[in-house]
Amino acid sequence: MDWLLQQLINGLALGSIYALIALGYTMVYGVLRFINFAHADVLMLGAYAAYFLAPAVNSIFPLPSLTGTLIIVLLSAMICAAIGILIEILAYRPLRQRPRLTVLITAIGVSLFIEFTCQHKAVFGADTKPFPQLLPEHDFHLGGLVIGSNDLVVVVTTLLLLGGMWFIVQRTKMGTAMRAVSFNQQAAALMGININRIISFTFGLGSALAAVAGILYALKAPGIDPLMGVQPGLRAFIAAVLGGIGNLPGAALGGLLLGLLETFAGGISGLSNYRDGIAFAILILILLFKPAGLLGKATIEKV
Amino acid sequence: MTGAKRWLIAGIVLAVVVSIFSAQFNRYHLGIIIDIGINIILAVSLNLINGHTGQFSLGHAGFMAVGGYTAAKISLVVSPMLPPALQPMIFLFALLAGGGLAALAGLGVGIPSLRLRGDYLAIVTLGFGEIIRVVVQNMDSVGAASGLKGIPKYTTLGWAFSLAAVTIYFVTALVNSTYGRGFIAVSDDEVAASSMGINPVRYKVTAFVTGAFFAGIAGGLYAHHKQFLSPTGFDFLKSIDIVVMVILGGMGRTTGVVVAAILLTLLPEVLRQFSEYRMIIYSLLIIVLMMARPQGLFTWNRKKGGAA
Amino acid sequence: MSQPLLKLDHATIRFGGLTAVSKFSLEVQPCELIGLIGPNGAGKTTAFNMITGVYQPTDGHIHLNGKSIAGVKPHDLTRQGIARTFQNIRLFGSLSVLDNVRVAMQLHCKHGVRAALWRGAHFKKLENEVEMHALELLDIFKLGGLRDEEAKSLPYGDQRRLEIVRALATRPKLLLLDEPAAGMNPTEKDELMHLIRFIKDKFQIAVMLVEHDMTVVMGICERIAVLEYGVKIAEGTPQHIQRDPKVIAAYLGTATEKEEPVDA
Repeated sequence: MDWLLQQLINGLALGSIYALIALGYTMVYGVLRFINFAHADVLMLGAYAAYFLAPAVNSIFPLPSLTGTLIIVLLSAMICAAIGILIEILAYRPLRQRPRLTVLITAIGVSLFIEFTCQHKAVFGADTKPFPQLLPEHDFHLGGLVIGSNDLVVVVTTLLLLGGMWFIVQRTKMGTAMRAVSFNQQAAALMGININRIISFTFGLGSALAAVAGILYALKAPGIDPLMGVQPGLRAFIAAVLGGIGNLPGAALGGLLLGLLETFAGGISGLSNYRDGIAFAILILILLFKPAGLLGKATIEKV
Repeated sequence: MTGAKRWLIAGIVLAVVVSIFSAQFNRYHLGIIIDIGINIILAVSLNLINGHTGQFSLGHAGFMAVGGYTAAKISLVVSPMLPPALQPMIFLFALLAGGGLAALAGLGVGIPSLRLRGDYLAIVTLGFGEIIRVVVQNMDSVGAASGLKGIPKYTTLGWAFSLAAVTIYFVTALVNSTYGRGFIAVSDDEVAASSMGINPVRYKVTAFVTGAFFAGIAGGLYAHHKQFLSPTGFDFLKSIDIVVMVILGGMGRTTGVVVAAILLTLLPEVLRQFSEYRMIIYSLLIIVLMMARPQGLFTWNRKKGGAA
Repeated sequence: MSQPLLKLDHATIRFGGLTAVSKFSLEVQPCELIGLIGPNGAGKTTAFNMITGVYQPTDGHIHLNGKSIAGVKPHDLTRQGIARTFQNIRLFGSLSVLDNVRVAMQLHCKHGVRAALWRGAHFKKLENEVEMHALELLDIFKLGGLRDEEAKSLPYGDQRRLEIVRALATRPKLLLLDEPAAGMNPTEKDELMHLIRFIKDKFQIAVMLVEHDMTVVMGICERIAVLEYGVKIAEGTPQHIQRDPKVIAAYLGTATEKEEPVDA
C-alpha cells in the first residue's frame, strides 16, 4: 500500500512536469498544426539558462532561497520565450504555406541543430553538469511515505501555471485570438487579428512554460546535459497526443497519466528497461484507436 | 521495357567485375564505396514508401535493424557449422531471412498507415523504429546494449552493388506499370484513387512491405560490412539520414535519390577534418534544404512512362 | 419495368445531430439520364458519397443491381460499376493525362505486381493494349494531344473533361457527375450537354448528375429528383418539376425562409 502511494506521489510530480511541457506542444499544434520538435530543446535551454544565471543571482539573493529562485525562473522563462519566438520567425514562418511534412522535417532539423550546437565544447559541452540547489530541500514523512519539498513545488507550480494558462486562453483577448487562429487562420486574419503576433505569442508562452518545466526537471534530475530534453520531450509529446493534441486540459491529463504510468512501470523490475518502448507503444495504440485523443474531437474528412 | 532488365543485368555484372578487382582498392575507400551501395538500397526503398506512395515513414532504421540483426545472427550461428565454400549461400540465405523478417515488421507498420496520414504517421513509424531499438537493446541473445560482435565479413562491393541494382530495378519496374501508377495515384489523392477502383490499403501495405524488405537486406549487408552491430546505430538519427537522402533527391525520383545517397554518404567523409562541426552543419543543411528546395535538388520534369 | 440499376430505399445519413440526407428513396434505371438538384446544402453531394461508399448510410438501404452495397468500400463499388467525378476536381495532379486514364483502367487489367517485375512479352502486350484503349478514350474527348501533360497543368475545362474520361475508363454502368458545369461559360455548358448525352448513348450507361445550372439539368435530364434539407420534395420529368410549387418555393423561397446550412 505504501509502495503504491509512494509511486502515486512520484508519478504525480513527474506527470506535472510532463503536463507543463505537453502544454507547449499542444498550444503550438493548436495554432500551427505541426509538431514543434524543438520544444524539448527549449526546455533544455531553460535549464541551462538557470544554470548560468544561478551564480549571478546567488551574489545578490543567496541561494537556496525562494526569491532567488523566482528571479532565476522568471529570467529563464523570458530568455526561452525569446528563443522560442526567434525559432518560429527564422525557421517556421518562412514555411507557413508549405506542406506540413516540410515543416516537420525543418522542426527536426532545428532540434538537431540546437542539440549538436549545445554539445559542442565551445558552447555547453556534451558532459553532464551538476544543477545548483535553488530551493531549500526538505523531506516530509507521512507514515512510511516520503514527500520531497521539490515534488510539492513541482505539483503546485504546475497547478498554478495550468490555471494561468486556462485563464489566458479562455478569458483574455489574446486567448480569444489564439482560439480564433486555431479554428481558422484565414478567417481570423480577415477579422483583423494579427496572425504573426498571435503565433509569436503562442511560441513565447509555450517556450516560457518549457523553461519552467526544464528547471523543475533539473531540480529532480542528477544533472543537466544538452540532450536532457529529449526523453521528457518525447513523453510530453505522447502526453499531448494522449490527451488530444490541441486541447489544453487534455495535455494536462495526458501528462499526469503518462507520469503515473512511467513511475509504476519503472517500479516493476523487468519493465523498466522497456520504458521508452512502452511509452511509444501507448502512443501508437492511441493513434490507432482514438486518434483524436482522450479529450479531443474526431473530425471527418470532407469529400 | 526489356531495356530495364538489360540494365539490371549490366549493373550486376559490372558490380561483380569491379568487385573482383576491389582487392586493389584502398581499404578506406572500398569501405565508403560499399557504404554507398548500402545507402542506395536504403534510400531507394524508402523512396517507394515516402516518395511514390506519399506516406511518411521515419522508421526505416528500424527495418534495417531487424534485417541486420537477423542476418548477422544467422551467419554467426550457421557459418561455423558449414564448409567455407558454402559462404555465399549462407550469406544469401541470411540476407533474405533478414529482409523477410523486416518485411513482416513492415506489414506491422503498414497497417497503422491505413488509418493515419501526415505527421501522425511519421510519429507512429518513428515510434516503431524506437520500439525495435529498445527491444534489441534488451535482447541478450544479440548482445543487448553492448552490441553484436564478430560478424563474418561477407559483404563485398559486388554484393552491395548487385543488390542495389536489384532494388533500383524492383522499385522502378514496379512503379513504371499500369499497376504501379496506382502508387502515385494514392499519393496524389487517396479518395479519387479509391473511386477509380484502386484499393489504397493494398498499395500502402505493399509499399511498406517492399520498402521494409529492402531495408532489411541493406541491414544485412551493413552487418556483414561493419562486422559489428549496436542498437544505437539504428536510432532515430539513422532514419532521418535516409529521409534526408530521399528529400534531397526529390521524392519519387529514383535517379535523384540515388545521387543524393551517394552525396550524403560522401559528405561526412569530406567534412572529416571538421568532424566536431559535422553534425551542426548537417542539421543546418536539413533546415536550409527545407527552406530553399523542399522538392529536392535534382528535380526535372517527369517524362512519359518514366518516373525515374 | 426491369430491375433498377440503383435503388435507394429510405437512405438516411446523420452527422452528429445533423441529418444530412433523410429517407431518400430513388430508383435509377439502366441507361437513364437523371438529375439531382436542390439548393445549397440540400445533401446532393452527400447522397453521391453514400452511393459511392465514401459514407455509410446511418439508416436505410442502397442496392446496386439488386445487391446491397452496405459496407462495400469505394474501390469495390467502382469494380461493381459505379464511377464518379468530384465537385472540386480531384485528378492525380502529378500523373500525366494518359496515366490518369491508365490508372483507372487498372481495374480491368489482368496483370499485377509479378508481371510488372518480370516485364515479359505478355506484359508488354497488355501494357500496350491498356495504353491504346486509354488513348482511344482520350481521343474521343479530344484530349489525346495532351497525353503527356501533367494533369494539374491542364486548363480548367480540360481537367473537368479528363475527370469524366478517367471515370469512364473504369467501364461504369452508372456515372455520377458532381456539378460538371461548375465554372463553365454558356458555350462550354452547351458542349458539356452534348458530351453527356453522347456518353450516355455511346457507352450505354446511366448518368446521374448533381447540378446547379437549371439550363443544363432541364436540357438533358429525362428525370429529376429534388432535395431540400436532405429530404426529397419532388421527382419527375423536367416539365413536371418546373411546375411543382414545392420546388419553386425551395428555389425562390417562401415567406418563412430559413438559413441554409453549408453544403457538406
